[in-house]
Parts: sequence; structure tokens; C-alpha cells
Amino acid sequence: MSDTAIRTTSRTPVSRPKKGLGGRVNTLPLLGPSVGLLLVWCIVPLAMTVWFSFRRYLLQNPLIHGFAGISNYKYLLVDPALYSALWVTVVLVVEVLVISVGLGAVLAALFESKFPGRGIARVLMISPFFVMPTVSALIWKNLLMHPVNGLFAWICRSLGLPVVDFFGNWPLTAVVIIVAWQWMPFAFLILVTALQSLDEETLEAADLDGAGPISVFFYIQVPHMGRAITVVIMMETIFLLSVFAEIYTTTSGGPGVATTNLAFLIYEKALLAFNVGSASAAGVIAIVIANVLAAFMVRTVASRLDT
Amino acid sequence: MTRRSNSPVAGVLGWLAALLVFFPLIWMLLASFKTEVEAVSTPPSLFFAPTLENYREVLQRADYVSFAMNSIIISFGATVLELLLAVPAAFAMAFFPTKRTRGTLLWMLSTKMLPPVGVLMPIYLIVQWTDQLDKLPSLVVLNALMNLPIAIWMLFTFFKETPKDIIEASRIDGANVRQVIFVVLLPLVMPGIASTALLSIILCWNEAFWSLNLAAHNAAPLTAFIASFSAPEGLFWAKLSAASTMAIAPILVFGWISQRQLVRGLTFGAVK
Amino acid sequence: MRLRYACAGVAMVACTATAASAATITVATVNNSQMIDMQRLAPKWEQQTGNKINWVVLEENVLRQRVTTDIATKGGQFDIVTIGSYETPIWGKQGWLATLNDFPAAYDYNDIYQNVRDALSVNGKLYSVPFYAESSFTMYRKDLFEKAGLTMPEHPTYTQIEQFAAKLTDKAHQQYGICLRGKPGWGENMAYVDTLVNTFGGRWFDMKWQPQLDSKEWHDAVTYYVNLMNKYGPPGAASNGFNENRALFATGHCAIWVDATSAAGAIYDKSDSQVYDKTAFVASPTAAVTNVSGWFWAWTLAVPQTSRQIPVAKQFLAWATSKEYVKLVGQNIGWTVLPPGTRKSTYATPEYIKAAPFAKAVEAAILATDLNHPTAQPVPYIGIQYVAIPEFQAIGTQVGQFVAAALAGQTSVDDALKQAQAATLSAMQQAGYLQ
Repeated sequence: MSDTAIRTTSRTPVSRPKKGLGGRVNTLPLLGPSVGLLLVWCIVPLAMTVWFSFRRYLLQNPLIHGFAGISNYKYLLVDPALYSALWVTVVLVVEVLVISVGLGAVLAALFESKFPGRGIARVLMISPFFVMPTVSALIWKNLLMHPVNGLFAWICRSLGLPVVDFFGNWPLTAVVIIVAWQWMPFAFLILVTALQSLDEETLEAADLDGAGPISVFFYIQVPHMGRAITVVIMMETIFLLSVFAEIYTTTSGGPGVATTNLAFLIYEKALLAFNVGSASAAGVIAIVIANVLAAFMVRTVASRLDT
Repeated sequence: MTRRSNSPVAGVLGWLAALLVFFPLIWMLLASFKTEVEAVSTPPSLFFAPTLENYREVLQRADYVSFAMNSIIISFGATVLELLLAVPAAFAMAFFPTKRTRGTLLWMLSTKMLPPVGVLMPIYLIVQWTDQLDKLPSLVVLNALMNLPIAIWMLFTFFKETPKDIIEASRIDGANVRQVIFVVLLPLVMPGIASTALLSIILCWNEAFWSLNLAAHNAAPLTAFIASFSAPEGLFWAKLSAASTMAIAPILVFGWISQRQLVRGLTFGAVK
Repeated sequence: MRLRYACAGVAMVACTATAASAATITVATVNNSQMIDMQRLAPKWEQQTGNKINWVVLEENVLRQRVTTDIATKGGQFDIVTIGSYETPIWGKQGWLATLNDFPAAYDYNDIYQNVRDALSVNGKLYSVPFYAESSFTMYRKDLFEKAGLTMPEHPTYTQIEQFAAKLTDKAHQQYGICLRGKPGWGENMAYVDTLVNTFGGRWFDMKWQPQLDSKEWHDAVTYYVNLMNKYGPPGAASNGFNENRALFATGHCAIWVDATSAAGAIYDKSDSQVYDKTAFVASPTAAVTNVSGWFWAWTLAVPQTSRQIPVAKQFLAWATSKEYVKLVGQNIGWTVLPPGTRKSTYATPEYIKAAPFAKAVEAAILATDLNHPTAQPVPYIGIQYVAIPEFQAIGTQVGQFVAAALAGQTSVDDALKQAQAATLSAMQQAGYLQ
């Protein structure tokens, strides 16, 4: 589809009225409020965070104050906990993305076919997304995954299989399962919506050509969902980078540092040690990484946005 | 209709998947009707004498209605504010992009990449200085700002999906900009706006970090209600299940109702 | 000028209150059953005085964070806060809490146990009043002991505990000899492990604040703990906190459980436990050092200096921790659930002694604790299962994570303690204790 309505006036700054949609339209009042507010919302706390990161600010010990130089950063950067937290964050995000988007895409394709009660089934599919993360985590941890009292343990015992101690031996995997359970419905919903715009004619043509459901999935449906998948990946990444409630409720970042991601590390510094200086420094590091990630995404993924 | 419809295999698989995914919630619902000891004992009982005592105790202990009202005000208020800001912005970026558009979009997204706990102190101090602690407006504004990037992104995507031919056709027919936007465009993107609104309401409804830190009593939403039942000294899972059922029921019902319209609405292929 | 946040509340109450001074106070509290009982009985005080209470009920950790943030930034959101024997000396010294030495004579300060009062005072000034106190002791299944022909002595040693656990473990039938806390947290697994270290002769810091986690005593204590739990404990122990263990014991899976005395009330409650008639208890086990073992914790109520309703708040405090209140609980809710461990008069109440067989044991456990001398070797800090310094929450939780890793088998005990020592050292340096 050609975007003839959209003129690429690339040399024109945003404030000049645009041609397009038949007339000159000043986009500044449209974009202005949003960008402006976000800017303020971003800049002020950010400035404060950076300021705190260079100070000695222990909430419970007001006697300790003053300029800290880069000592907050120094202590952070030599702490192996920081690097382990970064690794855990990456693993968590990647694994949940793969599961939620993969499963979401397959299930979205599955739900394309009409079957009795499809509407209700679809509604059941997206319900995990409505539950508070803390509650999901508690249900999974205590009622389902608990190795003595949980449902899974009972099922394993009834079948004669060894019981899996999820949070003891596979803590990160357990957390990934819980988070993926919550986010798969999100991917499912968006991808199902995207598949709705696929022409019946294309599908009929494929059928006439004798293509089976699997080839239809890979060669027709997945490419069509391309932009939607990109959007899902980008949005989920945002949220998954700050996964906190599930970890806090189930493992408290442990055992050891197996499930401490960057958000939990910052929490430890901010609300356990009440060391605002150190927490702010960790926050600044997180922002730097976020911007690097955003720049990376510009090159690779975002090009798919404009078709 | 092609042979894709009424496929029994798809039906079986689809329902299996749906039930598996929904199962933990069913388990939670069942637990809310069990006694505390029953809820954590094995073998798990599917058939048991249901009791309403958990619900009774939850209702007795906390004022559900006031928490729910706060949740509704915060979620819907923040969503309305968000849409007022996001729709024009997404519109501008989708139909009048510049070389800065992509960068702006990504910058907006990156503002969300900082874990909220990292800016807890700055935000807490700001809210305290402006004397907005435990007041609804601060939570509404905060939620709106937090979800604004997401809203702009989703709307941008949906706006991009609108078929340009229709717009071209209406322009050729002589419609001016205002008519194009309100008569032609808006009906087309309404499902997209609706689905963005739904997402925003859900995100605000479940937002537990700021609502616990900035609200104590007057502005406390259902997330604080749940927090008062989680992990005390003692058996609490049945009561927590009851409290959670009550907390997610409104949003679940709302989501189910509106979701039907959304998915039905976004059928661009048929628009000719 | 800041708006009086209580304005709205006062306006609401003003229409209905007949008393001259109708105020609204905001009380922040944890969601433990004793506090919930207090919430249930508070309307009586509200009717008596014409004041109104806004309740903020949260889980312990979240509450602590909220309250700390508010108090440290002088937020003034709360008029009464529920804190513990950990925060009281720290915050009292900072001048963040109002002193509570001026209650009317009927309050009878001397009725409160001396060591509890001392734990909550700094330089003779009382900064919070105890709502209930607890220590730790050993709960066990007397039916399982009888069946195996074993007798639990009044003051068991850890060697004996290991022998008992060995005989009472039947993993094929989900019966575990011993259940102990394993979930990481300064108030979760470390609360227990600290008492173990103490009784093995260890301590957190020497007199120069040098961490001692690489000492022989720590090594022996944690090795004992890890081996015991791996051999005779339930699976998933590294994520079992107080609540999970309580569920396990109440559903009959544990033969022995060393944990808070406050658990006794629920274990004896028919509606909350399947073993209410099969449980008995003795003192907390000891090892090399026999006169230190149980921990000490008190949930207390305090008034922040930033409150604008200090007199009314103090009024409520005096009511909620008085002898009359204790009696009220017995009459309205039940005699087994009186707030334990604070007042001598509670333990002189015949109805309580009759209804709660564990009462005297709890009293003995609490009276045996000495916060100022928690360990065999001298230490620069107070606190038995914690160290009353602000940095301890983070340090304790970090070390707790390493210990949990050793318990889960992810690292060896030596490695875990080495990492713990390094982390603690770094934290103490950053906080300025070590030069």
C-alpha cells in the first residue's frame, strides 16, 4: 500500500505546517502537550536522580550527607551483584518474549479457525492479563508450584514422577513461567487483532493451492503479523525490564542472586538499605542501558514500523 | 466459507489451550470458597463444602466499595487524560511523520525503561512537596503519564493500519481535513482507540507500586486492598483468593464485555 | 502552609461527634491477626472518645518501607505507626518519635515486663509501647514422638534435635522431621539463623564492627543448618518462610518446628490447623552456648513527631496497650488470642492460662531473652536475631540470600559465607562503620 497521503517533507522542522490530508496542518498543538508533559515528567525526576546519585543520602541516617563524588558508582561497578542482575534481566526478558510471542502467535493462528464457543475461549485466553502480578505470583507459588502442598506436586506424586522443586532448583525458570503466563494473553490479543485484517482471499488462494495449516502459518500469517509482532516485542520489553512484583513475592531475589534482576537490585538499595544515593546511581545505569537499547532498536527493529 | 471454519481439531486444541491458560484462575476461585486449611492441604479437593466465610471476612475487614471507587476513578480518569493527549499526538505522527518521528517514538518508549523503584524518592518528594500525598489527582496524573508512551505507540500502530485508499477517496470526493478526521477516520480507528483504552485501564487497575507508596487511605485503590491481605502472619491464601476475586471481578467483566467489540471491529479486510 | 490532610476527616466526623475534640488519626499497621483484632475492637475507643481512625493495613515489609520513607522525609502521613523493637531504638535516637513516658498512672508501666520496656527505650525515654511480643521456641508433634517412643526434653540440644529428626522423617509420606525457615530475608530465614549462630557461639560483628561471617562458629552453624534441612527437611525449604512453614506444620507435615511463639495460638486453633490437639512445645534448642537461644521481637506502636494529633494518638496508644484492652480481647474475641508477651497481668489472668496451654512457656521464653547480651562474646550492638543498625535490613537480606543459596545446593556453605562476608564488609565500609 502506498502512502501517497504522507509526504516526506524531511527537511521541514516539526513546527512548520504540513501538507497532507489535503491542507496545511500545524502539528505542534497536536504533539506539543504530549511531548511537553513527557519531557517534564522525564526531566525533573531524572535530574533529581542524577543529583542524588552523586550524594551520600542514607534515608535512615541523616547525619551522613554531602557530596559523594563517584563513590556510589564505584561501589556499584565493582559489585558482582550488578552484573549478575544485568544478566538475569536479559535472560528473563528474552525467555519471556520468546514464550509469550511464540505461543501468542501460534494460538492466534489457531483461533483464526471458527469453532464452537470461540468467543468464550478467546476471553478465557486473555484473562491472566487482568490479574494483579502479586496475586498471580502467590497463586502459582503456593497453590500450584509448592513442592509439598501444591497441585503440581500432587499430580507428580500421583503419576509416580519425582516432584520438582521449582523455586529451589529452577528459580529463574519458575519466575519466567509466571511472567510468561501473564504476558502471553497480551501478545495473543494484539496478534489476534492483527490477523483479523488478513484477506480471506489470500487464505482461500492458499487453500486452493493445497497449502496445509503449518505452511499457511509460516508463509502467510506470520509475515502479515510482522508489524504487530514488532510492536508487541517492543512493548513487552519495556514492561519486562522492570519485572519486580513476581520476584519480590516468590523468591525475594534468591536463592543467592539467581532471580535478582536490575529492578530488584535497585529495590534492595532503595527500600532495604534506604541508600538513596546508591539506588539513584543504579537507576542512572539503568537509564543509560535503556537508551543504548533504544538506539539499538532504532537500527534493527524499528525499520519495520514504516511499511 | 473455506474448510478452515468449523475445524474440529482447531476446536479441541483451542479449548484445551484456553482451559489450561485459565486454570490457575479457576483454582483461585475454588480456593476462595475453601477454608484456609483446605486451601493448602493435599490431596487437593475438587469437591468440598463451599463456604462464604472468606468473602464475609474480607468484606468485614476492609471497605471494598471505597477501594473499588478509587480504582475506578484512577483507571478511568488516567485513561481519559491519556487519550486526550495521545490521540492528537499519534495522529500527528502517523499521518505527518518527519525524520524526527521515529526518534521521538523511541525516546518516549525509553522513558518507560527505568524501573519505577529507581525514581521512587524523587517522585515521592515531589508529590510530598506539592502536598499531593494520598490524593487521587496525583495518582491519576502519574498513571496517565506512565502509560502515555504506550498509548501513543498503540494508537500510532492502529492509525497506520487504516487503509489509505479510503482517505484518498474521500479527499478526491472533496472532503476537507476536519471532515476527513471526524467523519471518515474516527469511525475506522474507534476500535483501535477502544483497545488502547482497555489496555490502559488494565495497566492502571493493576498498578501496585505507586498506589502503595503514594496513597495511604483516602486514595488507596484495590491494589492496596489486596496488599492488606497478602502475607500476614498466618494462613491467608483462601482470604487472599477471595479478595483477589473481588478485585479482579470488575475489570474482568469490563474486559470481557469490551473485548467482544474490539476484535469484531478490527476487520479491515472486509472494508472496501 | 501545608494543608491539614485531616481536614476532610474532621469535617466528616464533626457532624456526628458530640465530643469537643473530634479528631481523625491515621494508623498504619501490619495485617497480623492481633492487629486485625485491634481494628475490630477500635470502634469502642472511637465511640468513647468521639475520634475517628483511618486504617492503613499492609504487609510487614511494605509497611516498613512506607513508614520509613514517610518518617525519614518528615511526610506526616501517619499519626500512629506500627514498628518493632528493631526500629524503635534507631528512630528514637534520631528524634523521629514522640516520647511516651507521660501516660496516666492507671496505665501501670511497671506491669509491662522490664526487658520489653528496656528494649523500647533509649536513655530512659520510652519511644514506643509494645502491642505484643514474641520469642522463639520448639513446637513438636507429641503424637509422632509417642509413636516413635521418643521423649522431648525441656531444654533440647541441637544434637538431640538432629537425632529426633532422623527418626521422624518419612519422605515417602511427606512427613519431615524438621521444618525451619529458609526464605531469604533479614526477618525471615536470618531471624532463625542468627539465633543458631548465637547459640553456636558466633556473632555478627566484633567490637570494632568487623564482620565475623568467615568465623568457625558461623561455618559450623550454617553447615549444621544446611545438612539438617537437606536430610530431614521438606523440599523447597529455601523458599519457605514463616507462613509456608506454618501451613506445613498445620497440615501435619512437620514433626518439629522451631519458630515464633506467636504461631502457637494459631496451631492450637481448630479452624486453622489439623494438629491442634497433637502439638506440644519446649524451649528453643541450644548448642555450645546454653543460655542464649530464643529470639526477641515486639510489635510496637509509636507516634511520629510529625503527627499533628500527638495527644489523641497517645490516647489511642494508651488504650490499645492497656490491661483493659487485653481483657476486651478476651471477652469479645477469645481467650486464646490475647496479645502475648507484654504484661504481667496478662499471664495472671486465669481464663487465659486455662485456654492457652502454651502461655507460660511463651512467657518464660520472652523473659529469658537479653537484648543487650545476645551472644557469648561481647558485641557493639543490641539485638538477638537482628542488629539494631539501619543498614541491617539490607545486609541481613543479602546474607539471607546467600544462605538460601547454600540451602538450595547452589553453592557450598564456604562459598556462600565468603560472599556474605564480602558483601557485609562492603556495606559496612560504605556506611562508615569501618575506616
